Amino acid sequence: MIETLFFDALRSAIGPTAASYALLAVGLNLHFGYTGLLNFGQVGYMLVGAYGLSITVAVFGGPLWLGLIVGMLAAVVLSIILGAPTLRLRADYLAITTIAASEILRFLVRNTGSDDLTGSVFGLRQFAGEFYDWSPFAPGEYLGPLGFNANRMWVTLVGWGLVAALSAMVWTLMRSPWGRVLRSIREDEDAARSLGKNVFLYKMQSLIIGGVIGAIGGMVFVLALQNVTPDMFLPQVTFFAFAIMILGGTSTVLGPTAGAVLFWFLLTGLQSGIRGVVDAGVIPGITGGQVVGAVSLIAVGLLLMLLMVFRPQGILGDREELRLDVS
Amino acid sequence: MSPDATVPAGLAGVAHEPGVAKPDPILVVDGLRRAFGGVRAVDVDHLEIPRGLITGLIGPNGAGKTTLFNLLTGFDRPDEGEWTFDGRSAAGVPAYRVARDGMVRTFQLTKALSRMTVLENLMLGASQQRGEHILRALLPWGWRTQEAEVRDRAEGLLARFKLDHMRDQFAGTLSGGQRKLLEMARALMVEPSLVMLDEPMAGVNPALTQSLLGHVKDLRDVEGRSVVFVEHDMDVVFDISDWVVCLAEGRVIAEGPPASIGANPAVIDAYLGATHDHSALREERRRRQAARGDA
Ligand SMILES: Nc1ncnc2c1ncn2[C@@H]1O[C@H](COP(=O)(O)OP(=O)(O)OP(=O)(O)O)[C@@H](O)[C@H]1O
Ligand SMILES: [Mg+2]
Repeated sequence: MIETLFFDALRSAIGPTAASYALLAVGLNLHFGYTGLLNFGQVGYMLVGAYGLSITVAVFGGPLWLGLIVGMLAAVVLSIILGAPTLRLRADYLAITTIAASEILRFLVRNTGSDDLTGSVFGLRQFAGEFYDWSPFAPGEYLGPLGFNANRMWVTLVGWGLVAALSAMVWTLMRSPWGRVLRSIREDEDAARSLGKNVFLYKMQSLIIGGVIGAIGGMVFVLALQNVTPDMFLPQVTFFAFAIMILGGTSTVLGPTAGAVLFWFLLTGLQSGIRGVVDAGVIPGITGGQVVGAVSLIAVGLLLMLLMVFRPQGILGDREELRLDVS
Repeated sequence: MSPDATVPAGLAGVAHEPGVAKPDPILVVDGLRRAFGGVRAVDVDHLEIPRGLITGLIGPNGAGKTTLFNLLTGFDRPDEGEWTFDGRSAAGVPAYRVARDGMVRTFQLTKALSRMTVLENLMLGASQQRGEHILRALLPWGWRTQEAEVRDRAEGLLARFKLDHMRDQFAGTLSGGQRKLLEMARALMVEPSLVMLDEPMAGVNPALTQSLLGHVKDLRDVEGRSVVFVEHDMDVVFDISDWVVCLAEGRVIAEGPPASIGANPAVIDAYLGATHDHSALREERRRRQAARGDA
């Protein structure tokens, strides 16, 4: 029982979904952790990445590489549309605009009117074939008790490879003078302006790069599932990404990775544990899968609250830095 | 009033009256107005700031000094008005461009970048950094040499402003006075031709004020920069200004060398109300000097 629970949790923590969420959080960390931009619609970037890829391949029969480029370009366009009117205004305007835009996008792809393009509620499939053709893994079982098949191995490897590469990119950027300007904007954008920095331009660059990283997360997510449906992109995804970023340590390069692994380990472990308890009929009156999902989310919420009480800076964060945040 | 002998060479022969023309102004303001609701915060018909000299900007609380700074440096938009900086029109230019063009301001309420180190605060100030471009940022060997130069310059300034021992501390841990010093040093990293200091001495202890005054004079004497600074302490104003401009209710009510300002009835009226006479201002000065002696 404990053993299944542990392996369930581990399977999820190192799997492609955790890698996708790590990517969402890497992008969000660039926005929020380093630039101070409040993006409450990271799931919107995930959506345009996922649909950009799957529409190009499944509907128009384009090659995989074109799908990847379309997905990323869609994130660039979304950033410009969202950022151009709001980045000159106070931070909360971007927050409202991004959360609204991500929901509008979800309704758009869900709408029956978009059936030909997005498959509306049923979504799209058959866009991942070429991706798995590239897999170097021979069919079979991998990672012992975790039981990954060849496809899962491949998408997991690519997912975490991207997390590593993009984290390294963020690390390089943040140690450069460009990163210094970004952090100065987070601290006080008027001070940055008074020193001759074009604040709007840097905010836009940050929004675009973080958004594209989110879109890449979306592509990994749907490549792993080999299908895409609108309701994968509920607003709660953004809040999971925020939770992951804070859990790992905001404004740290490895925080999103640590956060994603821990978050999915806890969430899946709790789900598995609670399912075990419910199935055993130990608690009278409680049955069914609905309850498992809800209760485990409540439990994760409680764990996050405890973490915030005892380690408010997250796993890898700097306590001193956090203290200065308030003053 | 007639010109006197205490003015610097550049201003010899300039009349002591509001809006007077100067031989070589770096900044020329015309018809600048900004109202907040019914309050006319700035209402300047004509003002010229001399090049290569220190201009003190004084005026009672709410006179519009900070608002004037905000307008001239692109942080606020006027209702109407024109101004030229270094001969070029500067109205409508965004704040970051104003700074790049060489007019750099500090803030009355300091803006330390709290979660960056003191050294990083300064290094940010340097202009034309290659590594601030997104693509070049990814290739460290393209900017490392320049980064080392910027660091050297920053460390030099930190030493000058007695902040070198705080070098690697987060700026958020600095005291109020230290933040003033930090902000002034950071502004100098931009290598501006005109420095606009909004109450640079406020909250700085008297001993340090003396050395700060020395730095401000150096800006003029050693580095050849022009300085405008806002200050409420008349002793400081009289000590280092070459020229003093007095604002009240948004308008320039008096201009002249420091010696002429203390005795100017319009200035005394603005500060103390029309019922007081000159001796009140002198009394106030004496009281402040005594207070400083105690400290
Ligand atoms: N953002 C604003 N909104 C409304 N009124 C403002 C604003 N900024 C300034 N004012 C008003 O404009 C006038 C001038 O203010 P300003 O800050 O320029 O004065 P100041 O000369 O810098 O004063 P102090 O010496 O106290 O710093 C004041 O009456 C103030 O209330
Ligand atoms: Mg002021």
